[in-house]
Amino acid sequence: MIQISSKKVRILVAKPGLDGHDRGARVVARGLRDAGFEVIYTGLHQTPEQVAETALQEDVDVVGLSILSGAHMTLVPRIKKMLADNGMNDVLMVVGGIIPEEDAEELIKCGNADKVFNPGEPLETITGYIKSKF
Amino acid sequence: MQDLVAELLKGNRRAAARLISLVENDDPQKRELLKGVYPHTGNAYLIGITGAPGSGKSSLVDWLLKQMRKDGLTVGVIAVDPTSPFSGGAILGDRIRMQDHALDNDVFIRSMGTRGSLGGLSRATREAIQVLDAFGKDIILIETVGVGQSEVDIVKTADSTVVVLTPAGGDSVQTIKAGIMEIADIFVINKSDLPGADRTETEINMMLDMKKSKAWRPPVVPTVSVNNEGIAELWNSIQEHRSHMEESGRLLEIRRERVKRELTEQVEYLVKNRIWERVKEEIEFDSLVEKIVHREQDPYSTAGDLLAKINFYERETGEGG
Repeated sequence: MIQISSKKVRILVAKPGLDGHDRGARVVARGLRDAGFEVIYTGLHQTPEQVAETALQEDVDVVGLSILSGAHMTLVPRIKKMLADNGMNDVLMVVGGIIPEEDAEELIKCGNADKVFNPGEPLETITGYIKSKF
Repeated sequence: MQDLVAELLKGNRRAAARLISLVENDDPQKRELLKGVYPHTGNAYLIGITGAPGSGKSSLVDWLLKQMRKDGLTVGVIAVDPTSPFSGGAILGDRIRMQDHALDNDVFIRSMGTRGSLGGLSRATREAIQVLDAFGKDIILIETVGVGQSEVDIVKTADSTVVVLTPAGGDSVQTIKAGIMEIADIFVINKSDLPGADRTETEINMMLDMKKSKAWRPPVVPTVSVNNEGIAELWNSIQEHRSHMEESGRLLEIRRERVKRELTEQVEYLVKNRIWERVKEEIEFDSLVEKIVHREQDPYSTAGDLLAKINFYERETGEGG
């Protein structure tokens, strides 16, 4: 009964841009739920502005972007910049989708993403990575 | 930390979001922060939306937001979804229906998990409401988790409670059961384009008319939220109920009750906290548990002895032990 902080890691799972496939995002969201995370899922076709503002209002610790449209080199840096403009520099940025290796390397090198996951990645790898950061 | 409260009062959205996290996480500084927030509360009107899972609460909230914004009102939304009792995780998906409002500066939406509380409202919901109230929102909409029959906490928290039903939800006996059917200030029959809507409406009206004269007779509003049908009527009904609450003095009455509960809770919280701190310092709790498990002691006299030992409670006399 002593006051114990019951901090939970909150994760925004977002589908930015013109990409109508969210099976992957839902599977990951479900996996994160089962790993004890609070997952905020906002559905399809989110603009970078919506993603950044939702991250702010929901005060999330992690932003997970699912992008299968090929627009990741545009969307990820833009969202990262908007988050930073909102004072949310410390948010862990995780990207999932069909991301060529050289793009993934560049996203990470430029500080726009902390981690990129490709199809076929076991859920435990994703949840384990996020757990290791908190 | 008190800077956060100052920033909140200035209208800083990030401060509002941070404060809600701190109260939700039961941060050690929570009470101090809420002391700073409380004097600025009491201005928002609180509307609760409750109903079964999938009955359309989030969609109705989305449309109500549009109505309220048309009238120039600023709105805070707290949307509660269930926390898994197994993993402690949650999928908070109410925002999916509300993302049209994500970039509206006068709307602030926050999703919360129940985190172990029953009754359809999360433990920290009331404190989050205080934060949004002090933040200056005119209206605060509280969307509960999808509820069954008996989760009626919302009625203690909201000034107006909307219960959302869907057609064909059982026979007429369902309408006279205790619990959720008793708490509505307004009934909504959503998806009323589906078969059975007329019957559901009639049955609820019959149930309502069986009650002897009451100051407020809840209206039954059919809606089809996907087509924006009945939303204007629903918003009208809410405003009428608000006028009734304000003019009859009932609003003051239920808010007084709410303060009474809050004060009681705070007293109990402080007492409990103090006791457990002392117990932890002075008593070997686990060894007592072992003794009770082996039937060497009973929990009733042990509890009394334990409190006597920390000088909180006079030892019960006339009992062995």
